[in-house]
Amino acid sequence: MDQLTQLATRINFKQYVVYIGFLLIFLFFAIVLKDDGFLSTRNLTNIILQTAPITIMAIGLVFVLSAGEIDLSFGSIVAVSALVAAVVMNEHSMILGILAGLGSGLAIGLFNGLLVAYLRLPSFLVTLATMGLFAGVARMLTDLRSVPVLNSTFTGIFGSGSLFGIPSLIYWTVGAVALGHFVFRETKYGAHVLALGDNARAASVSGIKILRMRLSVLMLSGFCAALAGLLYAGRLQGARYTLGEADLMTVIAAVIVGGTLLTGGKGTIIGALAGSLLMGMLNNGLILMGLSVSDQMVVRGFIILIAVALSLRDTNH
Amino acid sequence: MHETGIGKTPVLELQNIKMQFGGITAVENFSLDIKAGEVVALVGDNGAGKSTLIKIISGVYQPTAGVLKVSGEQCTFSDASVARELGVEVVYQDLALVDQQPVYMNLFLGRELTTGPFNRLDRKEMLSQTQQLVDELDVRIPSASATIRDLSGGQRQGIAIARATHWAKKLILLDEPTAALGVAETAKVEKTIQSLRERNLAVLIISHSLDQVFRLSDRICVLRQGKQIGIRETQKTDKNEIVSMITGLG
Repeated sequence: MDQLTQLATRINFKQYVVYIGFLLIFLFFAIVLKDDGFLSTRNLTNIILQTAPITIMAIGLVFVLSAGEIDLSFGSIVAVSALVAAVVMNEHSMILGILAGLGSGLAIGLFNGLLVAYLRLPSFLVTLATMGLFAGVARMLTDLRSVPVLNSTFTGIFGSGSLFGIPSLIYWTVGAVALGHFVFRETKYGAHVLALGDNARAASVSGIKILRMRLSVLMLSGFCAALAGLLYAGRLQGARYTLGEADLMTVIAAVIVGGTLLTGGKGTIIGALAGSLLMGMLNNGLILMGLSVSDQMVVRGFIILIAVALSLRDTNH
Repeated sequence: MHETGIGKTPVLELQNIKMQFGGITAVENFSLDIKAGEVVALVGDNGAGKSTLIKIISGVYQPTAGVLKVSGEQCTFSDASVARELGVEVVYQDLALVDQQPVYMNLFLGRELTTGPFNRLDRKEMLSQTQQLVDELDVRIPSASATIRDLSGGQRQGIAIARATHWAKKLILLDEPTAALGVAETAKVEKTIQSLRERNLAVLIISHSLDQVFRLSDRICVLRQGKQIGIRETQKTDKNEIVSMITGLG
């Protein structure tokens, strides 16, 4: 009985905001858009496919936020990595292109991480600056030109292909979420990330190498953004400096709505997946409703605001 | 009353420790031996050098001069992890707990147990060891899986001491262990500290409460303005003497 009441107080409404919100918005669209094909398998699959890069960036951001830092630059990393991958792939080989793309994401993450961890600059300001810096680099790389990616093996693996009837982007999503969840929940690394974000001094005196941890989460975020860049390039069969440009708000909202704290020490990968799908569904539904781009932005902004307010409503914070 | 462990090799020996920051001498010529099963109190006014000494013994600072021995062997605490490996644990004044994590993750913070080929966190084992330890030390918490944030000040202090007890092989440093606690909670924590003696650990306690120092300690070491004024056996001194040693008056 005692345990039962304990369990009851433990079940916290706000932990489930993302799932409740997901369900409500799904039901709303299902009813309002029932004649517009919202519920068709094709459309629902599309939502998941379009959300894949968002989910992967969100996984990286869960680690960064949980460690008490933030990354605002991942949108620019998406563009740089996709362009680098496309150019190298077209001039050399697919493998080199993939490695160059992922490598550039890691390198930018390393750059962010070194400034944050070893020069002790706040990650908000560092990544705000590198967001602009690498958005500029992305424009310079190809003089604003888009680069087509015609390698069908690449576009198959990272975009439109499928295996056993299941689209490759679903494998990427499931694989990344499973791996991210395992590392975050089940390993020392994940535990140390949470400890660092909760109480950096406690982590430090407990022997956790906090500078290395700060560096590593920003590199992880850079890597995830680069992978998201490859997925965009694969699905759109080309790279362009605008890739990832509009994802900053979407990804941050997905992660926060999912139940990760902006203040560090608490996060969830599964919640981030649910948050990402919620954002994807919102995009999709609003377009199907025929809203203009400006109307969509306003409605989406309001819904995110409500969801974030609900998920943060906690007397302890 | 208490066995003072005379004749045994001290677990920690400090000989002529000196610490300078630029031109300022924070501690000079400090010498102290602590034996297993002994509780030594370090007292002195604010700025007397107690925090500096704690940081030297826990490996945060390296002394400018002097010798530090653990169980008779000279060593250099080049950082906090070396001190920990040699069996010295610190209970910090701010407790250094991770609020949003359960008790058992705090007990194993930085030293988590893992299992299996993928080195998964062994939550089950950590939970059961933690439960056993808090039961032994009689730290009354709802469960070892309770979140730190939901515990009272006394319970948190109990967890911090339990963590140090679990890992300390030789010495526990306690920095103002009851400064933030009420009367009943203080009594509870003092009882826990008494039980460390039975585990044959050496305890160095810093406290502003002379009543507490007299209740807990075997010996009292007084610091004033970085200088060691003297060491007294608790049973052979009284508060007046200690107060005048602390203040330099009378």
